[in-house]
Amino acid sequence: MDAPTIIARRVAAELRSGMLVNLGIGIPTLVANYVPAGMTVFFQSENGLIGTGPIPEQGMAHPTLTDAGGKPVTALPGASTFDSATSFGLIRGGHVDLTVLGALQVDSHGHLANWMIPGKLVPGMGGAMDLVTGAKEVIVAMQHTAKGKAKILEKCTLPLTSARAVDLIVTEMAVIGFRNGRATLLERGRGVSVEDIVAATGAKMDIPNQVPEMAV
Amino acid sequence: MRTVTVEKAVEMIPDGATVMVGGFMAVGTPERLIDECVRQRKRGLTVIANDTAIPGRGIGKLIDAGLVKRTIASHIGLNPETQRQMLEKQMDVDLVPQGTLIERIRAGGFGLGGVLTPTGVGTVVENGKQKIAVDGKEYLVETALRAQFALVNAFLADYSGNLYYALTARNFNPIIAMAADTTIVAADNIVPVGTIPPDHVVTPAPVVDYLVTNG
Repeated sequence: MDAPTIIARRVAAELRSGMLVNLGIGIPTLVANYVPAGMTVFFQSENGLIGTGPIPEQGMAHPTLTDAGGKPVTALPGASTFDSATSFGLIRGGHVDLTVLGALQVDSHGHLANWMIPGKLVPGMGGAMDLVTGAKEVIVAMQHTAKGKAKILEKCTLPLTSARAVDLIVTEMAVIGFRNGRATLLERGRGVSVEDIVAATGAKMDIPNQVPEMAV
Repeated sequence: MRTVTVEKAVEMIPDGATVMVGGFMAVGTPERLIDECVRQRKRGLTVIANDTAIPGRGIGKLIDAGLVKRTIASHIGLNPETQRQMLEKQMDVDLVPQGTLIERIRAGGFGLGGVLTPTGVGTVVENGKQKIAVDGKEYLVETALRAQFALVNAFLADYSGNLYYALTARNFNPIIAMAADTTIVAADNIVPVGTIPPDHVVTPAPVVDYLVTNG
């Protein structure tokens, strides 16, 4: 299993029936492929859709049924569409149960930086600041390091996305929680040692005596 | 509401105008109005929109033609030409969180001075802004946005100007329709009054100043 698949499958284990979920671009998008059989989860696209379905079959795309990247999607039974004010009312108003987002950096208290690298990459925050501020639960889904450099740091050096801390980080190496406001190592990847994780992490973590392997 | 050709509609827009444009990654953008703005070379525009799409599509065509001096948007990451013009200081770009941008426009159209939002507190977005605590929670004061013109795309417009939108092409359109001095609509279909049931009308006719004729 490659790293994105491990991450997406582990995040999918956090899904619960009836949840309204917003997935960011990249690895988070893959989570939709691993919804447990028999479970109904509603995915929101912030451009104004609840009930986002898979990519349409060849020749079945509609030019006005798209995801937040402007790409054609399908709509599942029970889907609804709405304007952007309603879409962000859902997000800020606490109606979105879970958002899964990528990250450039996360710090030891769960603060996330995922929207710009000053002077280099300035794509804009899009909906990320509203999602992190307003969703009931925030999970970061990302590879543990970038080109061998730690992404989980004592303090973010990049501009923050929100003052609100994320709830969970899921990487191919580890699951890290922030329930007490401090990073706590909750699970390790299959065959990954606690020492490997500590070596690839730039932040201090609370490490329990027993750290179970991820069930993916 | 008056009907108008696309040429006459765009002739009303002066160089340097502030223009809100509907659409999300060009889905729900009134392409005919954009194409005519490019043909008439409307210069020095301030564009308020969710994003600048991609080169060659929607607002991306205005950017390609070098007609925009300032953009207020939430995301420009999928348009390298916007990024280039911003980094080379040919164009100013104000980046606003998407939920804040749409609420600032909604406030502008709904007669409010602005909104209080928790989004951006504790980030660079709060720089220079007033903060207010309500019931112990901090909010940013985000002021209302209005424009001289709103360029709106609808799926259906009836002869009186009532509007109905398709699926994800709705996005910013019904909100910007309320927030401009002059609202210009290009509809995919113009249909008889009554075709849109009253309780399916999203934008009521009195909001629409001009409906662009087809053909």
